[in-house]
Amino acid sequence: MKIKISKHLTSHIILITVSLLSIFPFIWLISTSLKGNAENIFAYPPVIIPKDFTLANYTGVWQKVDFIRYFINSMIVAGGTVFLNLILSALAGYPLARMEFKGKKISFFAILATIMVPFQAIMLPVYLITLKLHLTDNVSDFSGFMGMILPFAVSAFGIFLMRQAFLGIPKEMEEAAIVDGCNVFQVFSKVLLPMVKPSLAVLAIFAFIGSWGEFLWPSIVLTKESMYTLPVGVNNLQGMFSSNWRFIAAGSILATIPILIFFLAMQRYFISGENEGAVKG
Amino acid sequence: MFKYYGKRAPYLFLLPAFVLLVVFFFIPFFQTFILSFQDYSQSIYHPTFIGLSNYVKLFQSPIFYKVMANTFIYLIVAVPILAIFPLFLAVLINQKIKGVTLYKILIYLPVIVSIVVAAIAFKWLYADQGILNYVVSLFGGKSIGWLTDPNWAIYSVIIVTIWKGIGYYMIIYLAALMSVPKELYEACDIDGANFLTKHLTVTIPHIMPTIALVTTISAISAMKVFAEIYVMTKGGPLNSSKTIVYYIYERAFENLDLGFASAMAVVLLIIVMVFSLINIFCFEKNKYQL
Repeated sequence: MKIKISKHLTSHIILITVSLLSIFPFIWLISTSLKGNAENIFAYPPVIIPKDFTLANYTGVWQKVDFIRYFINSMIVAGGTVFLNLILSALAGYPLARMEFKGKKISFFAILATIMVPFQAIMLPVYLITLKLHLTDNVSDFSGFMGMILPFAVSAFGIFLMRQAFLGIPKEMEEAAIVDGCNVFQVFSKVLLPMVKPSLAVLAIFAFIGSWGEFLWPSIVLTKESMYTLPVGVNNLQGMFSSNWRFIAAGSILATIPILIFFLAMQRYFISGENEGAVKG
Repeated sequence: MFKYYGKRAPYLFLLPAFVLLVVFFFIPFFQTFILSFQDYSQSIYHPTFIGLSNYVKLFQSPIFYKVMANTFIYLIVAVPILAIFPLFLAVLINQKIKGVTLYKILIYLPVIVSIVVAAIAFKWLYADQGILNYVVSLFGGKSIGWLTDPNWAIYSVIIVTIWKGIGYYMIIYLAALMSVPKELYEACDIDGANFLTKHLTVTIPHIMPTIALVTTISAISAMKVFAEIYVMTKGGPLNSSKTIVYYIYERAFENLDLGFASAMAVVLLIIVMVFSLINIFCFEKNKYQL
């Protein structure tokens, strides 16, 4: 028994150390964000608990940066991306799981092929196409949002996830619905769709996280500050406050709060391991 | 089962997704190759066909070799650590110990937080008079130019990528560990096997496919690194932390040389496709039911 306790003790020590290393960069950022001007943020030895405690950096950065705007923009982009992913993936996953038709194999492999090609490798033509379709923020805010949403509105991951979900439903369900006089669209929307809700939830959560954290694409297409999403806005803090690390730290923490709440509320989806490999790396 | 749907039904269901895939995936895919044969540096609206000139320019550019070398460093440093260390953590967490959920949440936290915020947090740790250099001074070392010394910059950035990936791969390993038959561990306990032998003889052989999967996924992500570099070093100093995607971005959007950038993109495309093919056909066959 004694051996067992000491073995677990080593495990706990390692896990606590790794946990602390995982959150320490944020702790240090929070610490800096709470230090007033009277305190040297470069003090040696470093001080974790602020001596000159203040919230002034938060109110200061809040007044200068329109976080609410960034938050709303991020919500619109992530919300739109999730909405389209759900609809398009469910629609496409259904025939791939349940119907026989000419070109099924080709469609399947065409979708699979998209997994192999990274967005970063094809983003230049995607940018040119987005310009050509006038999906940029200098046309209108709506076009700007569409330009951020549409390239990510459907993914092979989503289509395969939904296909898998439809494959798991017993065929008798459809047969019964047909006998009851449903047409194919009613079978899909009234019978099958409600049965794949768990998969839709998984897809929604992971599409949301992916879209919320996206940085490369918005920083390419955006031209107006009023259209910035949170990651772009946070990066911009560095330029705005050049070496004012108190403000940069406070702004970064403020921008992280929404996703932190989302993660803690939905944590079982992320850490249960049932949805392994769902987030893009 | 009788056919209850019309001839056109499957195509109608697939249509919306395919329209978007064609516009934002298949056309750009082929256009990437076309762009790489064109010269955009004179005028972005009237490119001229120049054959393989962009590739010649690319392969003659010393920066290209620097970028490839940096990517190679990324692969050989980040991938082994991300394939092994999270497995070790998953094995520890997989024991019947207290606080498992809390550990998982804390270690997963970096995965969920925006890479931009993570990069800013590390930039602050790496500051010249920052906390990391204080730790270095405790051990009697001279302060390090984490992001300003060409010998260090790439490794400092790699640390951020590793730090942000550990939780993600740990969860993948945890899922795989659940499938290892418990009886085998019990047999080990009866034989009096210690921690190391137990996992070397039972765990590792059982989850070999997952280890291979994590290796290819982390290699693919390492090829696509961008935000860390953009936020922390801009590829500097002296191109010492410039990676493929950052180079594409820089040449396309700062030098407006879309043709040259596309040649670089084609190189990225080919490398990642090789990794992905291995991945899909060797390790993820079941996922796609091939």
